[in-house]
Amino acid sequence: MDVTRRKFLQLSGTVAAGVTVGGRKALGLQPPESGPSAWPDRTGGTVPTRSICPFCAVGCGVICHTDPQTGRVVYTEGDPEHPINAGALCAKGAALDQLAANERRLTRVLYRAPCSDHWEIKDWDWALSTIARRIKKTRDDGFESVDPDGWTVNRCATIASVGSAALDNEECWIYQAMLRALGLVYIEHQARI
Amino acid sequence: MTNHWIDIRNSDCILIMGSNPAENHPVAFKWVEAARERGATVIHVDPRFTRTSSKADIYAPLRPGTDIAFLGGMIRFILSENRCFRDYVAHYTNAACLVSEKFAFHDGLFSGFDPRARAYDRSFWAYETDAGGAVRKDPSLSHPRTVFQLLKTHFARYTPEKVSAVTGTPREDLLRVYECVSATGRPDRAGTILYAMGWTQHTVGVQNIRAMSIIQLLLGNMGMAGGGVNALRGESNVQGSTDHGLLYGDWPGYLPVPRATMATLSDYLKENTPSSSDPLSANWWQNRPKYVVSFLKALFGEAAIPENGFCYAWLPKLADHRTYTWLDLFDAMDRGELRGFFAWGQNPACSGADAGRTRAAMAKLDWMVSANLFETETAAFWKGPGMDPRTIRTEVFLLPCAASMEKEGSITNSGRWAQWRWKAQEPPGEARSDGDILTELFASVRALYKSEGGAFPEPITHLAWDYRTEGRFDAHKAARGINGRFTRDATIQGKAFQKGDPVPSFALLQEDGSTASGNWLYCQSYNADGNQMARRGREDPTGIGLYPQWAWSWPMNRRILYNRAAVDLQGRPWDPQRPVIRFAGASEGGRYVANQWEGDVPDGGWFPMQNPDGSARPDSRYPFIMRADGLGGVFGPGLLDGPFPEHYEPVEGPASANLMNAQQVNPLLRAYDFGGLRRPAADPRFPIVATTCRVAEHWQSGAMSRSMPWLLEAEPQMFVEMSRELARQKGIRNGDRVVVASARGSLEAVAMVTSRLRPFKVNGAEVHVVGLPWHYGWLWPHAGGDSANLLTPSAGDPNTRIPETKAFMVSLQRKDG
Repeated sequence: MDVTRRKFLQLSGTVAAGVTVGGRKALGLQPPESGPSAWPDRTGGTVPTRSICPFCAVGCGVICHTDPQTGRVVYTEGDPEHPINAGALCAKGAALDQLAANERRLTRVLYRAPCSDHWEIKDWDWALSTIARRIKKTRDDGFESVDPDGWTVNRCATIASVGSAALDNEECWIYQAMLRALGLVYIEHQARI
Repeated sequence: MTNHWIDIRNSDCILIMGSNPAENHPVAFKWVEAARERGATVIHVDPRFTRTSSKADIYAPLRPGTDIAFLGGMIRFILSENRCFRDYVAHYTNAACLVSEKFAFHDGLFSGFDPRARAYDRSFWAYETDAGGAVRKDPSLSHPRTVFQLLKTHFARYTPEKVSAVTGTPREDLLRVYECVSATGRPDRAGTILYAMGWTQHTVGVQNIRAMSIIQLLLGNMGMAGGGVNALRGESNVQGSTDHGLLYGDWPGYLPVPRATMATLSDYLKENTPSSSDPLSANWWQNRPKYVVSFLKALFGEAAIPENGFCYAWLPKLADHRTYTWLDLFDAMDRGELRGFFAWGQNPACSGADAGRTRAAMAKLDWMVSANLFETETAAFWKGPGMDPRTIRTEVFLLPCAASMEKEGSITNSGRWAQWRWKAQEPPGEARSDGDILTELFASVRALYKSEGGAFPEPITHLAWDYRTEGRFDAHKAARGINGRFTRDATIQGKAFQKGDPVPSFALLQEDGSTASGNWLYCQSYNADGNQMARRGREDPTGIGLYPQWAWSWPMNRRILYNRAAVDLQGRPWDPQRPVIRFAGASEGGRYVANQWEGDVPDGGWFPMQNPDGSARPDSRYPFIMRADGLGGVFGPGLLDGPFPEHYEPVEGPASANLMNAQQVNPLLRAYDFGGLRRPAADPRFPIVATTCRVAEHWQSGAMSRSMPWLLEAEPQMFVEMSRELARQKGIRNGDRVVVASARGSLEAVAMVTSRLRPFKVNGAEVHVVGLPWHYGWLWPHAGGDSANLLTPSAGDPNTRIPETKAFMVSLQRKDG
């Protein structure tokens, strides 16, 4: 079962009270008199995983707390051991659990056919094999082995790529390897804009 | 960043210009505050009074697009008031070099200008050499053709009065800022600069940063703790993705992508390997052939052999004399030249300049693959405002991706720290990690080429693609490949290695094919000692916050770049209170006899330039090792638009004339046809200067943050910030709905009327400025407003082609008003 933050908070009390507990805890204050029995510690029994914030490039440390029963992240907080942020997070970093549990996340492959006005749900096998077909056809049709001056260029200037600054380094490296093996020259990303 | 986030704490003077870190890098701002608590002065120079300004000791307003005038005045001040760090400048920079008599500057143009090509012949800016080819120098800096004297002459025009007339900054504010920054031109003082897109997104973007680099060299702030030139990067891994070659002009590790006329590997290496006749220059890029061959081996494995140039010919070549930047790309798309398009974790429909035209261009594609966590305005462009889906043939594949905590791997922060992160949950539903998608997609393409053949299949069928374990992408495998390994048994520098061993560091990479390394800069990140990026050691042995055992920093775990400029000629720290490194080798009879450095990893571990007795050491090297001459570049003849910065007006500006010279705009700027670009004269329909900006609660185009309930609640809709004076003039009240329009498009926004913006006095005339966040898009939330980039122009800096989205012209009126 996916537990969204809102649902989780509803399960553990009212939204307002849940935030109060978190805020008081963050400030090092005692929980309200009604105590942990009414609002259980969100990280009790969870499994912590070290992560780095995905937003700006400060590189703040984050701890993700996973519920071992559901396997879902139920709480995120700043990593107090991290030398840069020492446990602090900004508004975006503090809301990170809303990325881990979010009803608007894409969960299926979507496809929009030519001239269609809607998305269709597709499976991965169809999507990746169809994309591979499109790549091959476009590349084969437009591949430029030799330029007009006779220089060997081996390029595919009819396909372009943008993006990747949100990918991990290891993914970035294999992405550029794939694009260059295909012959792409239009390879750009966030740093240019 | 040449330095890193925690190092800001060590600064005595923090100039924040072209950025708003209190808003956009909020947690890092605590290091600014820590410096201030130590007694540092914090200065914010910006068109808008922001959260950063509210925490600064000095706030100086500046009209958008006039940074070079402001900084040019600072250079003049430093030189005329003798504030520069003379020993540093004379020994570690090119200020003492003599420039050819052909160099000149008249009417806003440097010598060598070809008006038809709108390009410079840069041979006019060459150094003067002696008969042996060595650059002539005058260490006294007094020869009229030394870089130092030419700099003085060039910026003599930038008087406080003139600068104030251009920038709109009050004269007394200018002088206060100049006084504080230039006070760091002493050995025991360090000043830093924190900049971001407020400097880069201009048609003079590179020269903005050049101007500040000159200042940091004149003041001796490069290499120092609390110094440096620090770009505050905005995406969690924009540094790493740049390092790994996801820009058209660079292979991983900043190896230039070859051009068509570099037909063979040896042609390419000859063209791209600098040489130096100065024995004191390390000229580190002379090692480039090792990094190139190791990269080719990482791509093509055993197929890459010396006999076939390590498969160099298999890789695509760029046409000579043209670029393939963002603006070129969307220009080509708009002209129908592109058929397929990947938007991998990016939302150009909102983030690209002239977004309306960018969206329209997408309708000319055959197919698009969009990989993202959420549906974006890019993936959904066909159902956006003004689009008729029935007429748009573009197929769109929208692939659901894993978020950061749903996979394992490393990202590199702005301070060059590569930090590992671990997986905390599975992606939701059928979402997959980018690594899983990419490895399977390429395997599918390869299978087609293997079974059916096709155009030039060799690079596809031979690309090394062993990045999976048990059917899933394995980040450790990729990270080891990036680090590199020996491809055969080898003995290097007396050490024996076996085939498959990780390469310990890039100093051991080879040109003969015996090593493979995906990115030489990251060689050491995952070696025989394990995954260095996953380290969590919290020791700070130097006390200046280097944390050398925390994660791993490129290159070589060096935390402050060019740190050998932080010591004097004998290896003693300029600033003994905050030493970055210190030479600790023994000496005998006035000469060093053992080589040992303490502190940060030194930028090359050679002996100091001099012995304790003052005698020169021929086995030493200058500190700026990545430059062919080893010297910090006060003079920059490598740039396309001039060896010194010069003020030009933005492509769209309010000033009818450039007060500094006879050119209105950068003569080399590149304007792209798409969009209604108004230039160069002021267009009376659009009299208000606009600049784009951000808020703490949203991120980039908002593709992620607009779907996060707390963040959306905090900043729910598009707004335009304006002064009370402008609002009064336009009959607009706080909270009114207004229409903002440019020559390219228009959008609706909520008026935010504040005293944080004030009209500027520019050359005696009143000029209004408005600020527009660019986090919004039509798709979500409903009625939340659209992207500020509908308004921004498609003109770019000549060196980088980054669009000028920080200074452009708009009109403003109340809706229904």
